[in-house]
Amino acid sequence: MTAKVVTVTSGKGGVGKTTAVANIAVALATNNMKVVCIDGDIGLRNLDVVMGLENRIVYDLVDVVEGRCRLRQAMIRDKRLPELYLIPAAQTRDKSAVSPSDMVRLCDELRPEVDWVLIDSPAGIERGFKYAIAAADKVIVLTNPEVSAVRDADRVIGLLEAEEKGPAALVINRVNPTMVKRGDMLSVDDVLDLLAVELIGIVPEDENVLVASNKGTPLSLDSRSRAGQAFKNIARRLMGEQVPFLDMESPGLLQRLLGRK
Amino acid sequence: MGFFFGRKKSANSAKERLQLVLIHDRTDLTPAELEALKDDLISTISRYVEIDPGAVSINVAQDGRVQRLLADIPLRNAGRRRG
Repeated sequence: MTAKVVTVTSGKGGVGKTTAVANIAVALATNNMKVVCIDGDIGLRNLDVVMGLENRIVYDLVDVVEGRCRLRQAMIRDKRLPELYLIPAAQTRDKSAVSPSDMVRLCDELRPEVDWVLIDSPAGIERGFKYAIAAADKVIVLTNPEVSAVRDADRVIGLLEAEEKGPAALVINRVNPTMVKRGDMLSVDDVLDLLAVELIGIVPEDENVLVASNKGTPLSLDSRSRAGQAFKNIARRLMGEQVPFLDMESPGLLQRLLGRK
Repeated sequence: MGFFFGRKKSANSAKERLQLVLIHDRTDLTPAELEALKDDLISTISRYVEIDPGAVSINVAQDGRVQRLLADIPLRNAGRRRG
């Protein structure tokens, strides 16, 4: 096995990176892939709660980097899937505990063992972002159809090009088709015009995302929700499949009954 | 409904505003600096050929993620040069 290392980043916080990592990881693991997720947000760890693994943490990323445990010991196995693991972030340390070369070394150790390494980057463009992308073979930039998120995504895409980590793959998260149709939300095409990068996913706004994080069971585990389906499609595209994009513009039943376009 | 009241769609405002902001974010060139560049360019070029300063336009154009500085500098026809 030679793992592909994928980092999910965004510049702006709160756009849905952690949810995306959890769901893409689950979707890849459902396709019989061996997957390790790494929570890169040292000091603000969250991937563990979103995945529902918070009660099983013994060692964390910083313990591995500082040699207090072996890599294997920090990998929490998700019992719901045969080959899904989480390396949690340390909660009582800060970003200075890990360097870009630490991440490269850690991922090189993982590469022969697994199919995918997914790294959840912290928000921002400082040290945490830098170590999160250091080992990446591919970087997914996540954004929302909203001015501040798009602006920050553009900045991050520029930085990735400068660091020779480009071209980035874009995921547009929390698209609300009703608002897009009303002209009150940037459409997928608007965002693509502005950012001019390859699109790898469109995720609709979906209440089920919150319900899933309340329960600690990522959507793509069982739900047939549209967001869950969108994350599954992203996983399949990462695996090299050609998957058509969900049609965000398709008129809902109510609009069709009312005869509106 | 917005159409009937002439309300501009907010998504259009968002896109137009972002287009301008991103140009400046990407080039690190403020509108004031672009104006200063234009003035310098006009004075430099005027040392060699006669141009109409009022007709000069300088813009940053987008081609995918590549930015281009586009200058349109009409030359004054030498045959009709004044005085």
